[in-house]
Amino acid sequence: MNKILSKTILTDIPGAKVTGMSIEAPEIARSACPGQFVAIMASEKGERIPLTIVGSCQKTGAVSIIFQEAGLTTKLLGRMNAGESVYSIVGPLGHPTEIRQYGRVIIVGGGVGIAEILPVAAALKTAGNHVTTILGSRTRDLLILEKELKSVSDDFYVTTDDGSYGTKGFVTDILNRLLTNGQRPTTNDERGYGLVYAVGPIPMMKAVSKVTSVAGVRTLVSLNALMVDATGMCGCCRVTIAGEVKFSCVDGPEFDASSVDWDELAKRNNVYSEKEKHICNLSKL
Amino acid sequence: MQPVKTVKKEPVKVRETAHGERSKTFEEVVLGYNEPEALAEAARCLQCKNPVCSRGCPVGIDIKSFISSINNRDYRGAYLKIREKNDFPSICGRVCPAEYQCRKACVFTKKNEPFASDNAINIHFLERFVGDYGMDNGCSIPVKKDPKLSGFKVAVVGSGPAGICFAGELARAGVKVVVFESLHKTGGVLRYGIPPFRLPRNILDFEIDCLKTAGAELVPNVIIGKSKTIGDLKKEGYDGIFLGLGAGCPSFLGIPGENLCNVYSANEFLTRVNLMSAYKFPEFHTPVNIGKRMVVIGGGNTAMDAARSALRLQKMAGIPADTTVFYRRTELEMPARRLEIGHAKEEGVKFKFLVQPVAFTGDDKGLVKKLGCLECGLGEPDSSGRRRPVPVEGSEFESDCDIAIIATGLKANQVLINATPELKTDKYGDVIVDKETMETSIGGVYAGGDIVGGEGTVIEAMGMAKRAAKAMLKRLKKEE
Repeated sequence: MNKILSKTILTDIPGAKVTGMSIEAPEIARSACPGQFVAIMASEKGERIPLTIVGSCQKTGAVSIIFQEAGLTTKLLGRMNAGESVYSIVGPLGHPTEIRQYGRVIIVGGGVGIAEILPVAAALKTAGNHVTTILGSRTRDLLILEKELKSVSDDFYVTTDDGSYGTKGFVTDILNRLLTNGQRPTTNDERGYGLVYAVGPIPMMKAVSKVTSVAGVRTLVSLNALMVDATGMCGCCRVTIAGEVKFSCVDGPEFDASSVDWDELAKRNNVYSEKEKHICNLSKL
Repeated sequence: MQPVKTVKKEPVKVRETAHGERSKTFEEVVLGYNEPEALAEAARCLQCKNPVCSRGCPVGIDIKSFISSINNRDYRGAYLKIREKNDFPSICGRVCPAEYQCRKACVFTKKNEPFASDNAINIHFLERFVGDYGMDNGCSIPVKKDPKLSGFKVAVVGSGPAGICFAGELARAGVKVVVFESLHKTGGVLRYGIPPFRLPRNILDFEIDCLKTAGAELVPNVIIGKSKTIGDLKKEGYDGIFLGLGAGCPSFLGIPGENLCNVYSANEFLTRVNLMSAYKFPEFHTPVNIGKRMVVIGGGNTAMDAARSALRLQKMAGIPADTTVFYRRTELEMPARRLEIGHAKEEGVKFKFLVQPVAFTGDDKGLVKKLGCLECGLGEPDSSGRRRPVPVEGSEFESDCDIAIIATGLKANQVLINATPELKTDKYGDVIVDKETMETSIGGVYAGGDIVGGEGTVIEAMGMAKRAAKAMLKRLKKEE
């Protein structure tokens, strides 16, 4: 049992509620690195679901997670409050992001994936990289962590699908502009980009990958495959990377974007959608 | 080889729940012997001068002697006799492949039989009777805390058969033991792999509770290699470490279409069903998909467990039972227990022998729909001594299949191994140990169970854990 130390509602729009939580887990907090995740069970009868570690504090022994209410587990988790305890949390899982000097990097976050890019952006900034951040959101009210990401970015862009904030359009519109010669908004630096790091919905990551492979910029994505144990025991999270089967949990969660079989991942992530709907209806959630 | 002895009395059949009823639940199938049945079966034992049965037991239980104690109605004595070699008689009495071990060695087994004859003494059922007697009557082996060992503390990685056996041995000797388990529940493969209809959870919980009573501490949700490293454990002052990680990483077939939706590894399917209780969905929240035509690929105990679980899920969901095991060889070569092959058949699992899967095909949603296979003949025996399946050219055929479960083996999970470069492994990724002491390439770090030998049995894991425990106790007492 691990105590919820604090809870913040980041957006509260019907169908897209995003919550942040800080959970007491000193052993995980001590060894967590950017890019890693935890497997969490809300209750004893619950599922194990993977969630990215958004932050950790050795002093308080807390790890923070941010999740959008989608399935039963995230809905149940969203109904828990500070002072209550989750049944279990284990981690840190997966390989950490390789944090080093890449020169100029572009960090792309879409939807709740914005939460996942925050620790990576911050670490890359600390490592001395020039960080350009592009956030994508359906609409202004759904945008999260703008201030936090802005503070670790040298250049910063927001796009919204409906134009309610920032540039109307998609993250790839900005990305395209940045990567296309001569149209780079910061003209005082002619060095190329060393890395693009993107986390968001599958269509966004797929679109980013398309743009960056044309531009020839190495791109990493963090995949959100379904998992059970999340420790390499079951193969539920297997993905095809450059024609080879990999387990997202132990081989990933980050992979080279141009090598990912996106359609397979999208289909595999849908395999329990009916059961998920059924159990949510039963629970009136 | 001794001449086959004449059987005077018929073997005592074990009671089981009727197969019509049992395959709609995950309740235990084999009910075991009651006292009169155990006495009647024990009385069949010839008490051979030269008891070859013990040689068939991987840990060398004095079978003749414990059966003799049953004959004398000294069940406590029988329990203590088994416990000299086996820490978990109630578990091994249920899951040991006795027909390949002690019972095969029994003089009632006919010469050159591949497994025990029906007439062989039902040693496993007697062991189970004694184990359950011990459990129900509070029999325990005396704790001999060695004052020389107080103050030492030892870490155990993994709470499966090897880990809990090792932990018990050290705790009873007076060493402080902490067992780290990566999952949220202890028991390892006994919990996530073996279904409750073969090993009821109260038996497992009892053994874990005994471990706690003996003073061992069990800590779930810690992955050594991620949450902490071997180095961290040493820094925390552990005087010895035992690795009982098991063989937890599923093998796939490497054929096209294997990543289609609803193609499961047996480990995933069984973990969902057993550990996460998906058979009680939606009370438990982890789902598992159930199909109209469920196919299990493989011929081992895991394949039988998966097939019987699949069949139960179909029956519980009101879907006409249609679960088929596809195996490359014939029934004779199946490595599964004969008892469980029999149970699977009784319950309605179908078998398709001499078939080799070549490809899965699916629909536009990515759901598996068909399994393409080649028919096989049997060629010369391979390194396992079993005749090798040889695919017949041009024999391709397709079978309907909306759920596929691949149960063709497991290999070592590399998480801890990758985090511990100084730990030497072989070409299979298994940890290399000194066969006598079970010590790894890192001094003071021992290993046992499937992480050493590849996929084996509970009793083999226990045998290794006991050897390692003996060596570590010696090391701690500086008796080397």
